[in-house]
Amino acid sequence: MSTTPLKLYQVGTFAAGNRLLDPDERTVQSSTQRASSITSGHRACRGCGEALAARVVMDAAMRAAGGRLVTVNATGCLEVFSTPFPESAWQVPWLHSLFGNAAAVASGVAAAMRATGRDDVRVLAQAGDGGTVDIGLGCLSGMFERNDDVLFVCYDNQGYMNTGVQRSGATPAGASTANTRPMGAGIGNAFGTGKSLPRIAMAHEIPYVATATIADLHDLEAKVEAAMALHGARYLHVLVPCPLGWGSDPSDTVRVARLATQSGLFPVFEAEHGTVTRVARIRRRVPVEEYLRLQARFRHLFGEPGRPDVVAALQAQADRDIARFGLDPEEES
Amino acid sequence: MLRQVEGSRAVAETVARCRPHVVAAYPISPQTHIVEALSELVGSGDLTACEYLTVESEFGALSACIGASAAGARAYTATASQGILFMAEALPNASGLGLPMVMTVANRALGAPINIWNDHSDALSQRDAGWLMLFASSNQEAVDLHVQAFALAERLSLPVMVCMDGFVLTHAVEEIDVPGQDEVDAFLPPFRARQWLDPDEPVTIGAMVGPEAFTEVKYLMAHRQLRALDDVSQVARDFAAAFGRDSGGLLRPYRTADADVVVVALGSVLGSLADVVDELRDEGLAVGALGVTCYRPWPLDEVRRALREVPRVVVLNRAFAVGSGSILGQDVRLSVPAATKVHDVVLGLGGRPLTHDVLRRLVLDVVAGQVGSDTLTFYDLDHQRVATELARELADVPSAGGAS
Ligand SMILES: Cc1ncc(C[n+]2csc(CCOP(=O)(O)OP(=O)(O)O)c2C)c(N)n1
Ligand code: SF4
Ligand SMILES: [Mg+2]
Repeated sequence: MSTTPLKLYQVGTFAAGNRLLDPDERTVQSSTQRASSITSGHRACRGCGEALAARVVMDAAMRAAGGRLVTVNATGCLEVFSTPFPESAWQVPWLHSLFGNAAAVASGVAAAMRATGRDDVRVLAQAGDGGTVDIGLGCLSGMFERNDDVLFVCYDNQGYMNTGVQRSGATPAGASTANTRPMGAGIGNAFGTGKSLPRIAMAHEIPYVATATIADLHDLEAKVEAAMALHGARYLHVLVPCPLGWGSDPSDTVRVARLATQSGLFPVFEAEHGTVTRVARIRRRVPVEEYLRLQARFRHLFGEPGRPDVVAALQAQADRDIARFGLDPEEES
Repeated sequence: MLRQVEGSRAVAETVARCRPHVVAAYPISPQTHIVEALSELVGSGDLTACEYLTVESEFGALSACIGASAAGARAYTATASQGILFMAEALPNASGLGLPMVMTVANRALGAPINIWNDHSDALSQRDAGWLMLFASSNQEAVDLHVQAFALAERLSLPVMVCMDGFVLTHAVEEIDVPGQDEVDAFLPPFRARQWLDPDEPVTIGAMVGPEAFTEVKYLMAHRQLRALDDVSQVARDFAAAFGRDSGGLLRPYRTADADVVVVALGSVLGSLADVVDELRDEGLAVGALGVTCYRPWPLDEVRRALREVPRVVVLNRAFAVGSGSILGQDVRLSVPAATKVHDVVLGLGGRPLTHDVLRRLVLDVVAGQVGSDTLTFYDLDHQRVATELARELADVPSAGGAS
């Protein structure tokens, strides 16, 4: 397994911005030639990670597809904030059918393109974590198993945000949501790990699975590009903080996403045909607490008396994933 | 050319002649032979330029058809019973988005209790989903309706359901004229979508619509449905001109002129019903039958006209609305004068045979005043078995005082 080499553009404490790079190494997003697949004026909240990620993903995919791209969108925040009739923020052909069927609809679109000789048109499906790991999992698993020529992108904000921040199968343990409030000695969302759809996707041995966050747009774009260079079923799982649902400051969206990876709670990696091929090693490891403390959904863990046991369990989960994926900065050669 | 063939096979071959680009289906009895035959036709190269998707569920099947149709392709699926319920969320989505496609429903009962045999509970449970619903009275008509259904779907930009009785038609081997490729090509032009997901002219399909425009969108949908009645008739006339046989259309009246009693029904029972009508006419009873081919949209004016002068109407319901009454019967009641006696009869549920003798006895009982016109009558019910069960339930009920 190789690791993603450090690149000059990487930001954070070691910031070296886009402008220092050769023009052709800069992000699609920084280019005046970007497709602007989602225009401004939509109704996302301030600091919405999902809006940011969708824009970056779509523009990178548009570039990779040479503008020949169709997208299918599950019900959820992205769908609702981008298409309040009669307005639409989409500059690409866009279809919304239902909450749980985006993968199957996309399979149908891809089949249609093939059968009618328009193979040059690429298909990208997108859904929130609910539309992916919960209600959409049956259709998604079918799409993976058939290896249909679709790139499925999950914008994971760890809850049903569109309906008012209820828990999803991807909600982390201990988080407070509208239907798993911490009460008395209760901790909020039941203790589990949240479904790891990237690992479920890998079990289907599809050509490409990757995770990314909006904290590293270069990496996110590179993964879209890598996915688009392949055919068959591909899956990209993007962590997108939601200021409204997480109770984080809208100006902290990128910071929170970065801390999710630096704490080890959100491993960033790539896999091909079921095998991990690259991981993004953590460069400056932080305790999970640093990540949790920025979010009101975890506030109850730190009050008086607080739940140090839950924080410790989350830390153990991060440690486990760091070991599982080999993310430890110390091990770097 | 006429040949001995199973109904399912004939339908599959006909669908293939309609050149669908995408077939997505999930197996369920009694639809299986149709989708098995289609997979074979695609696999053998008989049907080319077609993608056959072996989806993971009926919800996936219809969703794939939605994607395919929105991408400008001709899409087809087939299902029955639990399968149509599993699709339920996607059904009004396909019609609401105005996406043409064709689906065969091999009519079967709904559980529980699970039952694989024929009645109309499955299709009728989705009667308000915004699909056109055509019922085949024979395998020949089932074949012909599929050709007409693609023409209608694409002319109206609406999805069309072709209902054929499970087993009774799907598994019956008989002489059927399966249209040839040239005939179908001459009748059914290549599909040109009204709008599709075209990278050159991006459209947003499926936007969120609030209170300010929702009613108007729904009204336009209803309006297009009602207008479809003209198209159903026209396409049937065009079909008759092209293929030389009568199939489809709105209604199938049989000896209804001057009838004192007309039996209204959906589906394959019309064949036996016509025999019973002939027999009773020979015996001097003025009986007729009215088959409803186009169930949705409901051909209100045509049914009114057909039944206006008929004093007694018998409705054969092969499904009913639990806790409310009949389904087909309610549509009929809305279409006849207040003075008309409507004998609403449930029978033939879950595959209970609708034989010549049962139908004959039913008409005679109606004429003899044995069947009420103000309640729903379960005509082929085993009263004794029900009475025994009810008595037992009554005995089991704990007394109000609690301890016994
Ligand atoms: C069948 C069905 N059940 C429930 C809903 C209500 N619903 C709409 S969006 C949504 C949650 C979306 O969550 P997610 O997929 O994570 O997207 P997000 O809004 O968080 O981006 C729910 C529960 C629905 N539209 N359809
Ligand atoms: S609720 Fe969250 S995901 Fe939805 S628009 Fe607001 S910030 Fe974005
Ligand atoms: Mg979500």
